[in-house]
Amino acid sequence: MAETAASGPGMPQLDITTFPNQIFWLVVTMVVLYFIMSRVALPRIAAVIADRRSTITSDIAAAEEFKLKAQEAEDTYNQALADARAEAHRIIEAAKADMQAEIDVQIAKADAEIAAQTAESERRIREIRDNAMSMVSEVSNDVTKDILAAFDMKADGRSVTAAVSARLKGGA
Amino acid sequence: MKLPRKMRVRKKGTRPVADENGGLVIKPMDQFEVKALFGGDVSWYTPTNVTLWMALTVLAATALMVIGARKRAVVPSRGQSMAEMTYSFIYKMVEDVAGHDAVRFFPHIFTLFMFVLFANLLGLIPFAFTTTSHIAVTAVLALTVFFTVTALGFILHGTKFLKLFWVDSAPLALRPVLALIEMISYFVRPVSHSIRLAGAMMAGHAVAKVFAGFAAALGAAFFLPILAVTALYALELLVAVIQAYVFTILTCVYLKDALHPSH
Amino acid sequence: MEGDLVQMGAYIGAGLACIGMGGAGIGVGHVAGNYLSGALRNPSAAAGQTAFLFIGIAFAEALGIFSFLVALLLMFAV
Repeated sequence: MAETAASGPGMPQLDITTFPNQIFWLVVTMVVLYFIMSRVALPRIAAVIADRRSTITSDIAAAEEFKLKAQEAEDTYNQALADARAEAHRIIEAAKADMQAEIDVQIAKADAEIAAQTAESERRIREIRDNAMSMVSEVSNDVTKDILAAFDMKADGRSVTAAVSARLKGGA
Repeated sequence: MKLPRKMRVRKKGTRPVADENGGLVIKPMDQFEVKALFGGDVSWYTPTNVTLWMALTVLAATALMVIGARKRAVVPSRGQSMAEMTYSFIYKMVEDVAGHDAVRFFPHIFTLFMFVLFANLLGLIPFAFTTTSHIAVTAVLALTVFFTVTALGFILHGTKFLKLFWVDSAPLALRPVLALIEMISYFVRPVSHSIRLAGAMMAGHAVAKVFAGFAAALGAAFFLPILAVTALYALELLVAVIQAYVFTILTCVYLKDALHPSH
Repeated sequence: MEGDLVQMGAYIGAGLACIGMGGAGIGVGHVAGNYLSGALRNPSAAAGQTAFLFIGIAFAEALGIFSFLVALLLMFAV
């Protein structure tokens, strides 16, 4: 059993003789680790994370600004588009009005021409009719005179003309 | 027939050996032995394997948190994002569990977490020494937490801190009984806090060692225990991280009790 | 002879202590199972409760570790 005493208990965890050593080195380790962590590592990482957060925030703000700018540009574009549309509309309207006026003038001109031609035609028709009329009365007078002469009736020209014209008027 | 007792205390080797009767001797506890690095006796200041592995723990934690994050890039590298994830994970845990005013203890809790995490993880390296498998180490950590938290409670709230044990919502007759139970559970805290960590570490390593011993003893069927050890190792990796997490979150829970004793 | 009896008692005790681990297993299973059923009912609230899941598992597991410790003490320290 001498061996038992020399090698201590079976569980090294319960070997009290090593406790001071472990506790001493544990305290040293924890103090060192605490100072490394709290003085170097943690402030550095906290700074990096804060940095990133502020970068992201500012990036988001910049993006917001760009979005506003884009919005503005779009508005300007839409405005220009609307202006151009209005302008085009106006030009179309003006052209339409011009054309309408031109058309009106042309129509009036044509109408006037037509009217003039109609009047001319009517005048000539009337002339022809008048001629025909006068020729009809002349012929009628002559025919009447000839018929009267044939029947050996004397008639003066004036009364024959009056009678024929009265007859013609009544028939007409 | 006094053999079994003798074979346990025979001169310690790392390989399991068959004793004279053909029995198998596996020494799963040898890996926890504290040895002086340069020989000689272990006095309180001797550099031992405890010193070595604690120093490696500090180095590993520093490598992750200082060297990993040294570039301070806005778009982090892999190392830096790991450091930042660890940071925000613990920060969020402290804030969520212990409340916003516990953030001033964040560096302390973070140190605790880094130490336990890396001690556990480094202990998984074959032939490594697991500092957190020793009751002495975890008990010092747990007692430090316990006394700090208790002192903090009394400093911040004076005698009102004792309301933690006096459950106002319970019927009056039950309150003394509950106070006794609460008191006992309060004082058991450092015990369970420390033994949980040390026990989990010790258990995993001892079981792995036992299975490894089987591999040496089984001869042709050596691959069976090796498969078991592989599966066990994955589990141990999980346990190492979870135990560090649990140790830290329990510290946060205790801290919450000190900061807000009336719940 | 007396040492052998102590030895035998210690080993039997260590084996008996391991029964406690089954209890711890039941406990951990309860915690995780109830967490899972709760998480499936209300998945949006699950993420906020993982901390309590691990605390619960840790408390349940601690008892199993205590029984393992008792076994180890019986094996190596008595």
